[in-house]
Amino acid sequence: MPDVVPAAGNVAPAFERARSEGRSALVGYLPAGFPTADGAVDAIHAMIDAGVDVVEVGLPYSDPVMDGPTVQRAAEIALDRGTKTRDVLATVAAVAGRSVPVLVMTYWNPVERYGVERFARDLADAGGAGLITPDLPPDDAGDWLAASDQHGLDRVFLVSPSSTDARIDIVAAACRGFLYATAVMGVTGARGAPSAAAPVLVQRVRARTDLPVAVGLGVSDGAQAATVAGFADAVIVGSALVRRLLDADTVASGVAAVGRLADELAAGVRSAGEGSADRSGTPPARSAVVQA
Amino acid sequence: MTGAVTAAVDGIEPDPAGPDAALPDDFGHFGRYGGRFVPEALVPALDQLAEVFQTARRDPAFLAELDHLRRTYAGRPTALTDARRLTAETGGARLLLKREDLNHTGSHKINNVLGQALLAVRMGKQRVIAETGAGQHGVATATACALMGLDCVVYMGEEDTQRQALNVARMDLLGAEVIPVRTGSRTLKDAINEALRDWVANVDDTHYLLGTAAGPHPFPLMVREFQRIVGVEARQQVLDLTGRLPDAVCACVGGGSNAIGIFHPFVPDAGVRLYGYEAGGDGVSTGRHASSISGGAPGVLHGTRSYLLQDEDGQTVASHSISAGLDYPGVGPEHAYLHDTGRATYEPVTDAEAMTAFRALARTEGIVPAIESAHAIAGAQRLARELGPDATILINLSGRGDKDVATAIAYFDLDTGA
Repeated sequence: MPDVVPAAGNVAPAFERARSEGRSALVGYLPAGFPTADGAVDAIHAMIDAGVDVVEVGLPYSDPVMDGPTVQRAAEIALDRGTKTRDVLATVAAVAGRSVPVLVMTYWNPVERYGVERFARDLADAGGAGLITPDLPPDDAGDWLAASDQHGLDRVFLVSPSSTDARIDIVAAACRGFLYATAVMGVTGARGAPSAAAPVLVQRVRARTDLPVAVGLGVSDGAQAATVAGFADAVIVGSALVRRLLDADTVASGVAAVGRLADELAAGVRSAGEGSADRSGTPPARSAVVQA
Repeated sequence: MTGAVTAAVDGIEPDPAGPDAALPDDFGHFGRYGGRFVPEALVPALDQLAEVFQTARRDPAFLAELDHLRRTYAGRPTALTDARRLTAETGGARLLLKREDLNHTGSHKINNVLGQALLAVRMGKQRVIAETGAGQHGVATATACALMGLDCVVYMGEEDTQRQALNVARMDLLGAEVIPVRTGSRTLKDAINEALRDWVANVDDTHYLLGTAAGPHPFPLMVREFQRIVGVEARQQVLDLTGRLPDAVCACVGGGSNAIGIFHPFVPDAGVRLYGYEAGGDGVSTGRHASSISGGAPGVLHGTRSYLLQDEDGQTVASHSISAGLDYPGVGPEHAYLHDTGRATYEPVTDAEAMTAFRALARTEGIVPAIESAHAIAGAQRLARELGPDATILINLSGRGDKDVATAIAYFDLDTGA
């Protein structure tokens, strides 16, 4: 990782590449250590092979209050297998370096326990691009803001449909790379119906910042990915990928199933041009998606 | 009864002259502890709650309504009992009991619940959710919701619903829905996780009525202020009885709401020592305990930075205590602060010590305490021998032990004639 942080963040080239192809980016989440340490690495490679633009590696945590049953179960399995923080960093190292940026998504206490500065240094050394912190609002993130600057890491904070404009400003000012918009009020997990709140939230965020906006929570198939790609800069998928590994009889068949779903999702974000949401009023750079 | 009303109002009115008037700061920090470590989705609701609370605590109408409920519904003020036979049996300092066990629903929990339920009504939130371990906070919340016509959902670890079937039935009678939590360790910690997940999804119409002085800002501040009445009353009662302040104040500490409630009015009294007794389980050295301060380390759990039981990777470690109400791997952030500054002392009390005190109080004073409160009794007995007969110790008897009789039957192998 460079000592000087690119203003737009380490993920910027991946977002730029997607934009140049006239589409939204696809962000795939899988936890480290699940179903096994090697199985997680294989599954992440399968996702990258299928065309995921950005990878999120989950750090399994004992009390994941933002996660629904699927991700909770995966975290339990990973922890029962003895997954440690250093194993998560090893997972990052094993999948980084393929021109697809790798972020770690983690609840805050494991980072604080490891040492914020030490974690930032070791993540950067492993080739990681940054952190997504679902239970760390910028207000209490002073140590992380400093460490991420020092080690050239992206920092992704979240906004939700309940966020006020003032909160969106605070979050946007602290983010580097992109901004994570939760599509619904709720925890992670597949949902049948598309979120009506998400397009509104994306519009509100865009009115206040030039950061790319990635939308997560509830996207589980190619059609939903296409819908979200119609209004967001990136589509984040997690639980549906995790579910493929949970449901598989063997690690190998799970990895194959992850690959197939990632193929479908990648096709989804590439098909988004037809019949996508009205993007009038959005900055020109992003209107590429409508032209696809 | 102007004086009495004033005492109740003192319970939550801001005290600009107090030494800790600045604590927590506007962001909920007690020194390096506290704060807000929550999904961004909850920040607007926490901001709203903080604002509504700050307005309410200065609103005479709110204070009058709370005071009215405390007197005519909860049974305040609670008595101070001079525990002469326990003092004699212990040998040492004079032991005084603040009788929170005499409150409606059987513990100090009602103090906080009435205040927060009134705030829920003020915010127009018709649905209330809560977590509970032993069921005391769940029962108190269900009670306040019945009183105020609010919908109530209580999350309770599946293991606890089985251990505390009586309280599950009580909540059902009170019209609350009890949801058994089957994730993680299936105890209080996981019930809080599940309540937080519910809150994220339903925050528009739902108030999370957190039961202890922990969690994200403003809960540690707000719960302390609603529990402060315990110390305000007790301080005056001890002065009236003995003509001076006590030498020490003792309380059990799980999350720490009863302890912060009785400690806080004494914090400016430099001559009064404050002792918090954590659940020592089988002994801190065994690793099977719930002593977050004595046997844990600083970290972040359930929205706040404080001491907690965690492994080298920051994963939460399961707690162990015979007392379900203390069986929690964290503690409120103000206790972490009082520990670090040395203003309060925190020590573990084992299951065995607590159960010995449980029985001693029943036999000497005719009071069956909650096993939680028995930890405070045991700690105070230890301290009483150290301080000697000239000293006076105030103990927060935070709850009664009706709920613990089944545990006592098993622990002491009591003959029930069955």
